[in-house]
Parts: sequence; C-alpha cells; structure tokens
Amino acid sequence: MYRYDEYDQQIVDERVRQYRDQVRRRLSGELTEEEFMPLRLQNGLYMQIHGYMLRIAVPYGLISSQQMRMFAHIARKYDRGYGHFTTRQNIQFNWLKLQDTPDILADLASVQMHAIQTSGNCIRNITSDEFAGVAHDEVVDPRPYAEILRQWSTFHPEFAYLPRKFKIAISGSKEDRAAIYAHDIGLAVTKNAQGEIGFRVVVGGGLGRTPIIGSEICEFVPWQHILTYVESILRVYNQYGRRDNKYKARIKILVKALGIDEFKRQVEVDWADLKGGPGTLTGQEVDRVASCFTDPAYETLSDHDSKLNEFKADNRSFSHWLQRNVRPHRIPGYVSVVLSLKKTGNAPGDATAEQMDFAADLADRYSFGELRITHKQNLVLADVRQKDLISLWQEASVYELTTPNIGMLTDIISCPGAEFCTLANARSIPLAKLIAERFESLDFQYDIGEITLNISGCVNACGQHHIGNIGITGVEKKDHDEWYQVSIGGAEGNDSSISKIIGPSFTFFQVPEVIERLLQVYVRERIEAERFIDTVRRIGHAPFKDHVYAADFIAQDEEVADKHIVAPAQYEVPYFSPRF
Amino acid sequence: MIIKNKAIVADDWTVLRLQENETAESVHVAAGKVIVPLKVWQAQRDALQQRKEIGVWLASDERPEALKDDIQKFSVIAVDFPKFSDGRGYSIAFNLRARLSYTGELRAIGDVLRDQLFYMQRVGFDAFAPRPDRKIEDALKGLSDFSEVYQTSFDRRLPLFRRAQRKGNQAESSQ
Repeated sequence: MYRYDEYDQQIVDERVRQYRDQVRRRLSGELTEEEFMPLRLQNGLYMQIHGYMLRIAVPYGLISSQQMRMFAHIARKYDRGYGHFTTRQNIQFNWLKLQDTPDILADLASVQMHAIQTSGNCIRNITSDEFAGVAHDEVVDPRPYAEILRQWSTFHPEFAYLPRKFKIAISGSKEDRAAIYAHDIGLAVTKNAQGEIGFRVVVGGGLGRTPIIGSEICEFVPWQHILTYVESILRVYNQYGRRDNKYKARIKILVKALGIDEFKRQVEVDWADLKGGPGTLTGQEVDRVASCFTDPAYETLSDHDSKLNEFKADNRSFSHWLQRNVRPHRIPGYVSVVLSLKKTGNAPGDATAEQMDFAADLADRYSFGELRITHKQNLVLADVRQKDLISLWQEASVYELTTPNIGMLTDIISCPGAEFCTLANARSIPLAKLIAERFESLDFQYDIGEITLNISGCVNACGQHHIGNIGITGVEKKDHDEWYQVSIGGAEGNDSSISKIIGPSFTFFQVPEVIERLLQVYVRERIEAERFIDTVRRIGHAPFKDHVYAADFIAQDEEVADKHIVAPAQYEVPYFSPRF
Repeated sequence: MIIKNKAIVADDWTVLRLQENETAESVHVAAGKVIVPLKVWQAQRDALQQRKEIGVWLASDERPEALKDDIQKFSVIAVDFPKFSDGRGYSIAFNLRARLSYTGELRAIGDVLRDQLFYMQRVGFDAFAPRPDRKIEDALKGLSDFSEVYQTSFDRRLPLFRRAQRKGNQAESSQ
C-alpha cells in the first residue's frame, strides 16, 4: 500500500498544527462557532447528538494492520470502545471531546492517517473497489490513480469552498464495485483498443434528496490528462453550481440544468489551455506511486486443497461461509475473505476495539498486514492462502466476524440514524436489528439469495437507500414520530438504477412485515435463478405494492410504548440501540 | 492596513460599495484612489479611465472576462467574498491570473479571514483586506500554515511531482 514520503508526512503534520491552533482559538472564543464550523467540518468533525463525531479518512478503503490498531487505540482512549465503518469506506467515532481531537489527529498522523476533507463542501475521500489489485475481473489497478487523486485533491486551494460536497469514486474492473454512477464524478480506469490506459468519466451522479444516475461526459480521457480534466469539471462546478439553495447545490443539479452536452462543452473550453500543461500527469509519478502497490510476496500454490474439501463436507457453517464470504483471487491458491460486521443484533458497520485489534492480527498473520474497508461496511482480508481458511475461520468466529451473510438479506447497509445523527428523522440501527432478527434463518436467506437492503435515517441517503434492491428511508412527519418509506428496484454496479417508493410510509414495527411481504411476491413470481432485483425489473412494482398494502398490519407499536426505557441511562441516548 | 506581499502595509484605497439608493450610472466616484464595482466601471468607463489610478472589484457572481479588454488599466483588482464560504472568488482569481494574464495587485475583500488566506494566496491573490474586527497580525499567520503543496495552482506552476524527486515504496522488504 502507499507509504508517505517526507512530503506527505510534512503536510499531514502541518495540518495537525494548524488544526490544533484552530481548536485553541475556538476554545478561547476567538473563533465563533459559525466560523469554526466549516473549519472543523473540513476536518471531519461534526457536532452530533452526544458530542463531537470525528470521521477519519481511509483513502480508497485501504488500511494497514498498524493503522487498524490505531483505530482500536482511539476507540479505547477517546471513545467508548468501538467505531463505525461507513458507506464511504471511512470510520467514525461518536463520543469525542473537542479538546481531545488535536491529539487524536496527532496519533493518526503518526501512522500516516488523517481526517482531511472527510466533510465540508470540498472534495471528499476518494472511494474505490475493495477488491482492487486482487479482483479476477480487474482491467487496471485503480489504487495508484486513487492515491494520485487523493494527493491532487488534498488542500486544493481553489476547491475548498465548493457549492456543496464533492465525491469521487474510481473502479478498475469489469464489474463496478465502487458505485461510480452514484458519485459526483465516477471514474472507470480502462484500456482502449490500443491497450492504452485511460478513464471513462461519469459526472453528476448522486443520491440524497434528488437521486440521479451519473452521465458519461467522456468515453476515454488518457491517463496523462485525468488531473487537468477533473480540475476543469471542478472549476465549472465551482463557478456555476447553485449556491442559493443547499438542496440544489450538488453538481448533479447543474449537469441536469445545463444538459450533459452543454456541461461537457464548458468543461472542454476550460480544459483547452490546461490540457498538456504542467498539471499533466507523468509516467514517472504513476510509476512511483504504483511501486507502492506491487504484489506482495505470493507463494506458488495450487487452487485445490483437499483438506478444505473434507472440512467443508463435514461442516455446514464453514461451507456457508466459504460460499458467501470468500471470493476468488487472481493468484492461484489465494482468496479474498470478507469479515462480516453484520452479525444479527450488532449495529451494521460497528466494530469494537477488540475486533479491530483482532482483525489487525489476522491481517498480519494471513494477509500481508493489510485490510480493506468496504462501502458495504464490512472488512476484507484481500490476500489469504486457501490453506489458511480453516484456521482463519475458526479464529474469526470467536470474534463474531464470520456471519455467512455477505450479499444477503442481513448484510444490511445502514447509516448511524437518529440515535447519533442530528440530521436523521428516524432510527436506523435498531431497525436493522429488528429486520436481521426477523430473517436470521440462514435457510431462508439462502433461499432468497442475493439481495441488498439499505437503510438511511433521512433523505440525505448515507445508507445509500436509492441503490438498494430494497431501500428504507426515515421520513419526517409532523408528529415527530418515526416513519419509513420503502422503495424497491435500486441497484449499484454496471446496471445501476434508482429505487422507487412503493407507497405510503410505515411505522418502525411494520417495516419487517413489509419486507416479508415483498419477499413473498418475489418467491411467488421468480423464475429459475432470478434474483430479487431481476424479478422487480421483469414484473414491475405493481404486484409488490398490491401485496404489501393488501392486508392490515397487526399493531405491535404498543409493545414498547416508551422507547426510552430500553436505553441504558448512562448513554443518555434518545432511543434504544443494539449496541448499548 | 492591509496585507500585501506577505507584509502589513498602510493602504489608501477606498472600496466603493453602492448603497441602496445609488445606481452605477449616477453614483459619484470621489477623487483619489477608489476601487469601484464592476458595474460602475462599465457605466462610467469613459470618465474613470482618464484617472491616473483606478481600481475595480468583482462580486462573486460576476465574470472576470468582463474586464478582458481593460485588464491592464487597473492598479488594483479586488474580488469580494460576501461570505468566506462562497468559493467562487478563488476561481475568479485563478482566471484573472492564468487566463487573463493580470499581473497587478489582486486583492481579497469582504469576509476575508485568516483560515482562508493560504488558499487565497495560492490562486493568485497577493493582497488581503482582512475583516476589520480581527487582528491583522493574526491573519498574517494564515499565509504560512503549510510549507508544501501537492497540486499546481497560480502560485506553483508545477505540481509537487514535477518539482521534487519523490521516493516510491521503500517498505517492500518489511513484508
């Protein structure tokens, strides 16, 4: 993985010093909260319900065991012993004190990490495919380009006060696993007919209040020109993106208003004198950065392990895990393993300090000391020898990291929701728990097969509900009670689509029954090996809607009349959460 | 007092801002060194360009190309930041310098605060009128928050990767 040289380290160290001084000025009253807010936000620090929440960047989801141990350290020393991995491959800590945050950043800088631009109206952490570099369907390894873009966007002087936040995702495989169509800029590294490397550039995608699938702005930008091309996109957006209404300020609104052809024309006008200029990427720089992403010392192994087959035959749980959580690798004898953070009852994406330390140990022993964070809120050990799978599985089971549910119903993607976030209208984590408990049966889940279920506590869509096969959104009603909209038909990847709401919203306790009914229609209507999403696309929304609303819901809301009772008092959380 | 070329210096320019009852055509531009709004420059161009020294300022929603034919007539061009979070002024400055080849004083006015100064100097500002309720000595410190930068902008024509001999992976052996 990328290692800082003295320049990278100096910039991060100077950031810590600058930020420490900003906090000092805030604490002394020299800075008003209004002035401090954009400064702390550009450093990923939010003021949430319980105090300050810090979002730390995990550039393109790649992390060393040493860095993971630092997260465990931060969780223990400054927080309450756990952290939350997010849909943008970052980690969030929820219970911090403002005066501790400069020290946390200094701790992070000591292991080549930071929280730069993890929030605010600037270019955010760049996300990528969690199987970059090892995927069997990879065309070009996106990691060197993701790192080059990280450096280019870090403290870019012109684009720190954009109309709104700006997210870039990059993928290099045949199958898009980075949701590039749901980003402000989506980049697909690819090769043209001559075998030259370049980028298919997609612009104006995004979720939130106005979900839009991105449009292709250029079919092939040669790699040398990608930084200047992206710069021109940003410059057009910075000048003409709306600033009068924050809900219409994302680039997708500008692209829609101008039309992709006119937007492209403006970008190319701006680009004309930059193309080929000093910002042009050099082969030397690509080679330098790529030298950090060379293959680890793989052994020469074969793909068949008889011990594995024997063990698999005798052990159903292990066999399930192999089927769902282990993925093929481009090197014979190796696989990638997904450590599930979706055990029923746990908050999706949460890991305790013990789990983090343990995952770091696993990485050291089984995967060349590296891990990846997925945008589906799980962890990946990318380079595991097949012959280590049995011992890895046995050890990881002790730490509840082997739930065999990757890509299945209980692999729920969820934002932190109303217990933590000031934006949310409704709880997400307890709803994820309720759903997971209802459908915990593996036989049932395996019968349903591949499906994605995404929960966002509000329209801002941190849980990416628009691209879930089933999407659930917390919506506000005038009585301040929790209501959820249910939508179906969303998908990410090569055939991305935005889900559609099926009808009037539901109460907290009705949602699992709604999902049950949706699945009943799927089971009734599916043909052959059709996935849930395929059935929805084939038969449309109407049969699902009809069935969901056909019968009344049995009232369950009275069972827990006072939701506050189930929250331990010491946490002072407004509602219960499975974590407490 | 303003910050100019990284030092605190006296300043005798006045920034003219139109009041509600004034129009660009009729407003009286006082004698002396005045930085007028773009609209006033456009309305009173014939008279104003006779002056020995004149300045103009752009609002964040105005285009620098409007000054294209006049660009070397000004002793100072200012860009107004109505709020520090309005980042259009950064691109205006970049375009004035890089596209319109403006070489004179480029001044940031309005909601100009210490923590934005580093970025502002990178895109081409060389003069800053920090908000008057803040100590200008503190604002000056904002210009030196960082000693190195990655990307090209107006101040550094070459990105770090073209300026420095950077090392690749040295950690290979540790694995």
